[in-house]
Amino acid sequence: MIGLAHYLLLAGVLFAIAVAGIFINRRNVILLLMCIELMLLAVNFNFVAFSRFLGILDGQVFVFFILTVAAAEAAIGLAILVVLFRQRRSINVEDLDAMKG
Amino acid sequence: MDVMPMILTMADVMPAAAEIFVAAAACVLLLVDALGGGRARGLAFVLAIAALAGAAWVSSTVGTDGRTVILWGHFVADPMGTVLKLFSYGAAALTLLYSREYLERRDLLKGEYLVLALCAVLGIQVIVSAGSFLSLYLGIEIMSLSLYAMVAFDRDDGVAAESAMKYFVLGAIASGALLYGISILYGVTGTFLIDGVAFAVAQGRAPDIGLLLGIAFIVVGVAFKFGAVPFHMWLPDVYHGAPTPVTLFVGSAPKIASFALAMRVLAEGLGGALDAWQDMLVVLAALSMAVGNLVAIAQTNIKRMLAYSTISHVGFILLGILAGNAAGYRAALFYTLTYVIMTTAAFGVVLWYSRKGFEADALDDYKGLNRRHPWFAFVMLLVMFGLAGVPPTVGFWAKLQVIAAVLDVRLTWLAAFAVLMSVIGAYYYLRVVKLMYFDEPVTAGQDESRFAVRLVLSLNGLAILALGLFPGYLLRLCEQVLR
Repeated sequence: MIGLAHYLLLAGVLFAIAVAGIFINRRNVILLLMCIELMLLAVNFNFVAFSRFLGILDGQVFVFFILTVAAAEAAIGLAILVVLFRQRRSINVEDLDAMKG
Repeated sequence: MDVMPMILTMADVMPAAAEIFVAAAACVLLLVDALGGGRARGLAFVLAIAALAGAAWVSSTVGTDGRTVILWGHFVADPMGTVLKLFSYGAAALTLLYSREYLERRDLLKGEYLVLALCAVLGIQVIVSAGSFLSLYLGIEIMSLSLYAMVAFDRDDGVAAESAMKYFVLGAIASGALLYGISILYGVTGTFLIDGVAFAVAQGRAPDIGLLLGIAFIVVGVAFKFGAVPFHMWLPDVYHGAPTPVTLFVGSAPKIASFALAMRVLAEGLGGALDAWQDMLVVLAALSMAVGNLVAIAQTNIKRMLAYSTISHVGFILLGILAGNAAGYRAALFYTLTYVIMTTAAFGVVLWYSRKGFEADALDDYKGLNRRHPWFAFVMLLVMFGLAGVPPTVGFWAKLQVIAAVLDVRLTWLAAFAVLMSVIGAYYYLRVVKLMYFDEPVTAGQDESRFAVRLVLSLNGLAILALGLFPGYLLRLCEQVLR
C-alpha cells in the first residue's frame, strides 16, 4: 500500500536531487533551469499529496499557481540566458566569473 | 471547508485599491510606450512618477486604523502595511528620479524599465498585504521576476547579464526552499492562511518535527531574499554587475518587502513557535554582521562595498526580528525604514556623480570630492555617518533600538557582538569620508544634473540628519502601526 509517507519521500528525494544538481553542476546553465523546474515540481508533489491526504482541495489550487509562475520564471530565465549567450558565446557555468571579491 | 460566497462587492475590494491602481497604471504605461514610441519617453517617465504619487494618495485614503481582512483571508490591510507601502512608493519614486539622467545618457530610458519598476512595486504591495502564503508567494514572484529582468536590462553589458543569471538562479532556489517549507506547513496545519497557521501553532495542533522542518525551510527562503549570510552569495554580484539605477532599485524598496515577508511569516504566522526560529535567526544575524562588515573592508568598488554593508545591515534588522516581541519588531521596522532612506541617498550620490563613460563606482573616484563639490561631499558624509551609526544621524538611533531590543531578551553576548561589529564597520564608512575630504582629486567631475535632482538628493541626505536630531516622529509612527 502506497501511503502519504511514500509521496513525501519521493518529493523530498526530487527536491534534494534538484538542489544537488544546482550546486554540483559546473557545465551548463540550461541544466540549472531544469533543476529549478524539478524543485518546483517536487513542491507540487508535496502539495497534492497533502491535499489528498487531508481531504481539502486548496493545496491543489496552490499547485496551479505554482505551475503558472514556473512557466513565467522559465521564460525570464531563458531570456536572460539568450542575452548572456549573445555577450559571452558560452553558457558554461564556469565562465560566469567576471566579478570577484 | 465551508462554502464561501463568490460575490465581491465594491467594499470588499476597496482595501486593495492601491494594488489595483498600480497594476492598471503599469498597463497604461505599457500602452503609452507602445503607441508613443521614442517620443513619449518623457511622458512615460512623468506618468510613472504620477502613478506612484497616485498610489500613495490611494493608500493613505483607504488606509485603515484597524486590521481589515478581505478576499477570503488572502489579503490583509493594516496600518503597518500602509506605512510600508508608502515608504516603498517613496523609495521607488526617488530611484526613478535619480536614475533618469544616467539612463538618458546611456540611451537606456525605455518604457519597459518604468513598467518593470511599477510591476516590482506591485509585487512589494502584494507581499506587504499578504494574508496567506499563496498571496505571499505570488507577490514575491511578481517582484522578483521584474527585478531579474531589470538587472539584465542593459543588453550590451555582459557583466549585467551574468549578475542577472546569478540573481535568477539563487532567487529561484530561495522561492523553491520557501515553497517547500510552505508545503510542509500546509501538511501539518491543514491551511495556508497565515492566521490559520498561527491558530494551529498556538493550539499546538502541529506535530513538532514537521513544524520544525517547515520553519527551517521557510527561514532559509526568507534569509535568501534578505541576503543574510550564508545565503548572501547573490547580493555582491547583483549590486556590482547591475546598472547603478537598478542596484539602487534592488537595494531600496525590496528591503521593505523582505522585512514584510519576515514579519508576516515569522512574527504573525509562526509567532507561537518563536523558540524554533529564534536560534536560527541568531546564527544568521551574527554571521551577517561579521561577514558583511569584515569583507566590506577589502572592497575597492563602492557598489560592492555597499553590498557588503547591506549584508551587515540585514544582520541588524534580523536582531530586531529575532527578539520576537513588540519592541523588537518596532526596532526592526524603524531600522528598515531608515536604512532605505540612507541607501537611497548613498546610491543617489553615486548616480549624481556618474557621467557618460564614467561610472563613479571605484572608491578612488571619490578622492577629493570636497574640493570640487563640497555640498554633495557633505551629503555623502551624512550618508556614511548614518550607515556607520554615528550620532547625531538617524543610523545611531536605529542601531540603539535593535541592540536595546536584543538586550531585553537577555541575549547580552549578541548585543555586545553587534556593538563590536558596528565599530569595525565604521572603519570602511569613515574611509570614504577620508578619501573625500583629505585626498587629492584624481578624476574631474562636473555638476550637470537637473536642479530637481540636486534638490531632492540634498533633502534625502538632510533627512538622515533631521531624523537623527528629531527621531520622535518616526519612532512614534513605528509604535502606532505595530500595536
